[in-house]
This record gives sequence, C-alpha cells and structure tokens, in this order.
Amino acid sequence: MSAQVLHSTPAPVYDVERVRRDFPILTRMVNGKPLVYLDSAASAQRPRRVIEAVDQYETHSHANVHRGVHALSQEATEAFEGARDRVRRFINASSTREIIFVRGTTEGINLVAQSYARSRLGKGDEILITALEHHANIVPWQLVCEQTGATLKVAPIDHRGELIHEELEKLLSPRTKVVAVAHVSNALGTILPVKRIIDAAHAQGAVVVVDGAQAIPHARVDVRALGADFYAFSAHKLYGPTGVGVLYGRESLLAEMPPWQGGGDMIKAVTFERTTYNDLPWKFEAGTPNISGAVGLAAAMDYVDELGIENIAAHEQRLLQVATEALARVPGLQFIGTAAHKASVISFTLDGVHPHDIGTVLDAEGVAVRTGHHCAMPVMDFFRVPATARASFACYNTEDEIGQLVAALRKVREVFG
Amino acid sequence: MDLKDLYRDVILDHKRQPRNFGVIENADAHADGHNPLCGDRLTVSLRLNGDRIEDVRFQGEGCAISTASASLMTEAIKGKDRAAIHDLFTRVHTLLTDPGALPSPDLGKLAALSGVREFPARVKCASLCWHTLNAALARSAATVSTE
Repeated sequence: MSAQVLHSTPAPVYDVERVRRDFPILTRMVNGKPLVYLDSAASAQRPRRVIEAVDQYETHSHANVHRGVHALSQEATEAFEGARDRVRRFINASSTREIIFVRGTTEGINLVAQSYARSRLGKGDEILITALEHHANIVPWQLVCEQTGATLKVAPIDHRGELIHEELEKLLSPRTKVVAVAHVSNALGTILPVKRIIDAAHAQGAVVVVDGAQAIPHARVDVRALGADFYAFSAHKLYGPTGVGVLYGRESLLAEMPPWQGGGDMIKAVTFERTTYNDLPWKFEAGTPNISGAVGLAAAMDYVDELGIENIAAHEQRLLQVATEALARVPGLQFIGTAAHKASVISFTLDGVHPHDIGTVLDAEGVAVRTGHHCAMPVMDFFRVPATARASFACYNTEDEIGQLVAALRKVREVFG
Repeated sequence: MDLKDLYRDVILDHKRQPRNFGVIENADAHADGHNPLCGDRLTVSLRLNGDRIEDVRFQGEGCAISTASASLMTEAIKGKDRAAIHDLFTRVHTLLTDPGALPSPDLGKLAALSGVREFPARVKCASLCWHTLNAALARSAATVSTE
C-alpha cells in the first residue's frame, strides 16, 4: 500500500481557468450577465487555436485543392490532406483512404444510407436502429426503406433511457443488413455499449453505422478497437468549425460502394460515354470541399489532444456529478434520462413550467441551455414530455457555472411560482 | 430585456387558468397546430353560426406564452365574424412583430402580448394559436364552398 503511494505520480491538475482563457467568446456578456454556456452538446465553442488556424489558412494559403500546379494550390492541398491524416490518427483509422470529409454527421449518415444501403438492400431486408436516435439517424433510413422496400426496426429503451440490449439482440437476424446506433444519445446523454452492439451485429453479418456526434468530444474513439464499419461525427461538437465533419468507413466497404454525388474532384476521367471514378477517399468528395473547415478540425484535434481527452472526460464527469446532485435539490425538477453511464448532458423538466419558459428566464440570467425536443421527438414521446431543457458541459465549464444554473432556476420559480 | 415585460400578470394568469380550455364535441371546424421548434401542440375547435364564431375552445401542451396567447385569443374572438377576426389577427401580428407598433386601444387584454416582440425566439409561441385558428376557419370555408 505504502509502496504504491510512494511510486504513484500525482494526477495532473486540470486547470479549467487556463482552459477558459483559450476560448475568447467566454468573456462576453449576455443580457448584462457573464455568459454561462451550457449548450456545447448543440455546438461547442472554439479555442483561439482553431480560430487562428482557420485565419492563417485564409490569410496565407487559400486556393482550390487537387487542381493547380501553383504554390497556393499545393499549400492548400497539403493543409487539407494533412488534416485528413490528423483525423486518421485521432480516431486510429488504418488509412487516410478511410477518412471522407463531409458537411457533418448528418451528411455522413446519409452517404452510407444512399451509397451503401440503397444499392444493396431490398424487400425482406431490415435496418435496425434504437429508440434513442437523433432524427439524423432515423430519417435517412426511412428514406432508404421507401426506396428499397426494406423494413426499419427499432430497439427499445427502458425508463432510465438505456438501450435494452437483450431486445436489440432479439431483433437482430440474418435479415438485418444495417445497424445504425448513436454512440452517445444527444437528448439524454446515455452512453451506448457500441462495442457490444457491433459484435452482436457482426455475428449476424450486419454492418454497423455509428453516429458519433455526441461521443467524439467526450471519449477516445478508436474505430479499429470498436470494430465500427462506419463512424460519423461533426467538427463543431469537438471545438472545431461548423460545416465540416468526417465519415470513417472501412476501406473494403468503401471500395465497393458507388459514389453518391457526382462532380469535380471525384473523377479520374470523364467522357460523355463513360466516367472513371477517383480513388478513395476522393470518390466520395464531389466538388470543392470545406478546406478551411478541415484545417480548423485538425487544429481542434491538436487542442483536444494537448488537453488530453481523458482529462477532459474526467473534468466533465466531475461536473456531471456535481450538477446532478445540485439539480436534484431543485424543487419540482425531474431528470429525463438517468442511465448509469452518461456523457456530461443533463435533460430535465420543471413541474408546471414549459422548457421554453425555462430557457427564456435562464437566458435573461446569461445562462445558455438548449430547450426543445433536441431533434429526438421519439425520445420525447417515450418519456411523454413535449420537450426538455438540456444543460451540457464541456472542457471549459466550471462548478461555479453550475451554481449559476441553479440560481437561475430559482428565478424561474420566482416568475412562475 | 425585462422578463416582467414578457411574463406580465395577465399572461401568467391565463397560463395558470386557461379560459375556454377543452374540445367542442361535434365542432363545426377544428385544426391542429404544431410548432416543431419547441414541440408545442394545439387544437382549436369552433362552433359557427353562419359567419360568426359562437363558441371556441383550445387544447394542447405549450409554454406560458402559447397557452396564454391561445386563452386570450378565445376570449377575444367569441361572437366575432370572419372579417372582424381577420382584422384582429392583422393587428395582433403587427403587435408581435413590429418594434415600433403601439398596441391599438381596442386590442384589450391582447395588448399584454406586446412584450413578446423583444424575445424574437418566442414570437412563434404567441402566434401558433392564431395560425391554427386561421387553418380551422379556412377549412370550414372550404367545406362550405364545396357543398
């Protein structure tokens, strides 16, 4: 025991005040009050590092990629392809051929739906999702079902907002061709056992698409360790720019898939009779991509790795615990989603007060939370609420801010009694 | 931005005790309204006597603004004909959206909604009931015209 103490090195202290100084927006006032930003699950703020990387690229290096022999085009291409390799390392993919830049998670899932699923599925085939999904992981599959005659199946959740894994397994069969699941629920924060789901799906021969939008800022994602066939995420949830995201796809699958959009950059040769498609990953990147967005995403990954995603996660879990305890003491507050394993997201309602009114009163106090159905209307229906208020915590939030949230909720009671 | 401007006593009163809450059985016209942004749902049902609204009820789940606005609306439109309701809707719409507009004196209690325009994200909450009413009236007009 004592030997262990002697040899253990002290855990690095997470200096949240220093982290906050990296985010210029956090110093601003909202409605005369210091901003308390608790809406990072909708979109995280950017550190100066990301803002400057994008600015540097726009100021010094911008041109179109993969096109010119001139210096700027080469610099832009290097920056863009360098960002691709940065992404590959961040999620531990085998090759940059597996990293496709898209507009965001939504486009990544639609790409798989329209290119992979639409070209293979037919009547009698099934697509399995869970009851926790964001609309972005429901509607693309409904479209494919309409187009192919395949059937959509939904694995249920329990009253805590946890997937009932046994029910999911019962729904898996050789008819299941695609399983599409969130890694973390955006509405409730539930962390899904994706490794277990992937193993079960693979045992039935299905491919698995993971919606990683809410997981990527909170945990180390290793696509090879997970065994995911496809993994999609957005840059702006990871402190990067909007309008850019990533679809990881297993190379053997991507190679067999038809392009889903045609245009420049995705071809090798075009005649009016025949077009030869480009190699991976460019086959799936028609048109001029979001170059500065990719540069910003790479800078965001550098930043996150510098802080250490495990350190960020530990900090967020502390905040989640403190906030859960503090909110439990607010009269009339009901938690929506109480899974054992949660990311730093708390969805709640207040008796007698609609979430929209909560949001407006909190905003007057400078506290930004999300209110509404969180693009997860089936989840709201399951819990029989029209909407919830949702506070989410990121690398820059503090325990003080939780105190301000609780104080602002007291104001809600003052207004509505 | 003052919360007291948005959540005036009249609004809070109608939120706590919505008037004309419920559904008219065998209504002459009804419509469902939905605000996908916040998940608010509203049903407006009408009993008509020719061109005139004899009775109106609303039901639904919504925030304080949408509930109070619907409650105030039902009180304001009862007994009025289509032309008068159209006129009233125009004036409420101006009140909710035009920053320079002063509440016209004959708006009565509806003037309590004038604080909403300082909160652009909430304008749709206040106007949902009116759009739903318009849908119900349009539907009844369509039915009449096909007969």
